[in-house]
Amino acid sequence: MSDSSMTNNSFEPRIVAFFCNWCTYTAADLAGTSRMTYAPNARVVRLMCSGRLDPQFVLAALREGADGVLIGGCHPGDCHYQEGNYKALRRYKLLKMLLRKMGIDDKRVRLEWISASEGDRVQAVMNEIVEDIRKLGPLHLESWKYQGNLAAAQELSDAIKGVAYV
Amino acid sequence: MSKPKVGIYWCASCGGCEEAIVDLNEDILRVVGAVDIVFWPVALDFKKEDVEHMQDRELAVGFVNGAIRTSEQAEMARLMRRKSAVLIAFGSCSHMGGIPGLANLNDAKTIFDRVYHQAPSVVNTEGVVPQAQTKVPEGDLTLPSFWDTVKTLDQIVDVDYYLPGCPPPVKLITEALGAILEGKLPAKGAVLAPDISLCNECPRKDSKPDEFSIKEFKRPHEIDIDPQKCLLDQGLLCMGPSTRSGCGAACVSGNMPCTGCIGPTSRVRDFGAKALSAIASSLDYRDEKDILSHIEKIVDPVGSFYRYSLPWSMLHRRASDFDKKGALK
Repeated sequence: MSDSSMTNNSFEPRIVAFFCNWCTYTAADLAGTSRMTYAPNARVVRLMCSGRLDPQFVLAALREGADGVLIGGCHPGDCHYQEGNYKALRRYKLLKMLLRKMGIDDKRVRLEWISASEGDRVQAVMNEIVEDIRKLGPLHLESWKYQGNLAAAQELSDAIKGVAYV
Repeated sequence: MSKPKVGIYWCASCGGCEEAIVDLNEDILRVVGAVDIVFWPVALDFKKEDVEHMQDRELAVGFVNGAIRTSEQAEMARLMRRKSAVLIAFGSCSHMGGIPGLANLNDAKTIFDRVYHQAPSVVNTEGVVPQAQTKVPEGDLTLPSFWDTVKTLDQIVDVDYYLPGCPPPVKLITEALGAILEGKLPAKGAVLAPDISLCNECPRKDSKPDEFSIKEFKRPHEIDIDPQKCLLDQGLLCMGPSTRSGCGAACVSGNMPCTGCIGPTSRVRDFGAKALSAIASSLDYRDEKDILSHIEKIVDPVGSFYRYSLPWSMLHRRASDFDKKGALK
């Protein structure tokens, strides 16, 4: 995701969407073939099941520049693999709790049950999450590794703060 | 022929790693028989200048333990890197940030406010806080700067190998020293421990169910822990499934759950996310309200899942979403 999310001071949220193959991805297909229009901010990744969603994927998306993550799975009781969406739900709830503690507004990550016939729901949810995240603004994560001259970077940040200690 | 030279340095750490080296017992005689320890501030009287005067890469192996959180530690890490042919991150703190890395939930100002002003045992009527620079009649006094964010060693310098654990188990140290002396080190970047989950060497392995269905999360002081049964199956937050083996299941054998000090296997990039995934999916509820009421019993999710790896995690430190609104909690 090399494109900038900030253009001419207007913020366009970048969303990564993880959709399950059997329900939500098919619903997104339906939305497309039905010529429904919705916010174009999401990059959709198809998973076989929402239960395949490793919480690492969500963190990796945020780390690599996403401002929000949308997860789509089958309605409870409808999982193609029986249990996958329940596992996804449990991981999602605990991940949201962790994100709040890590200073990330948990509205940035959203799970929705959308069945294969609910193309209109994909349209509505996509529009909603883009608007929600537009209100939150871009997600700023401190860079993980110093790329350049560490001493210079530190001196600069010390200088900006005035006092290095406090 | 002169013996290969070895240097050992500590950054933000507790001294437990040095203790682990001493715990080699008689084996340490074999080590000093094979190498010259030329720098080890905790145990031997050599100075920084002695290292500065060495040729680059003169140390055959440099061990650095501790996380990096001050400008001085970063400077020493760079010096050790320059003078060492092989640089090894020794222990959880230099590997993944360790316990000091949990400070990444705060910043320097919050930490200093707490330590020098708010802590109940502190009496600081004059409001004295250490400064990076202080003017005195004789000139300027300086102290290293204290960073907002704790870093792992490899976020500061290039690291060749990682010797994991809090502290590294004696067995892993011995094996690593053997590999170094025999020139049988694996490919650069390797973690010098078996690349398989702790459950694999757990003495309670046979009682681990095929499918977990945890009814309730418990904390160790709340229950009478069954010394035979799988700890996760008893509802304790055991990090075994997501942790690398190599410690001989020391904590589990002591009837306490694994806290994940060795870090994950090579297939995992973010320890906490993987541990969270394993624990959450083992819970036996499908209803949203039930799930919420049970996960809320995990009182400190960051401390539980990222106890040794917050700076190494993908999020690296606390983000600023709530700070803007002034609701830092």
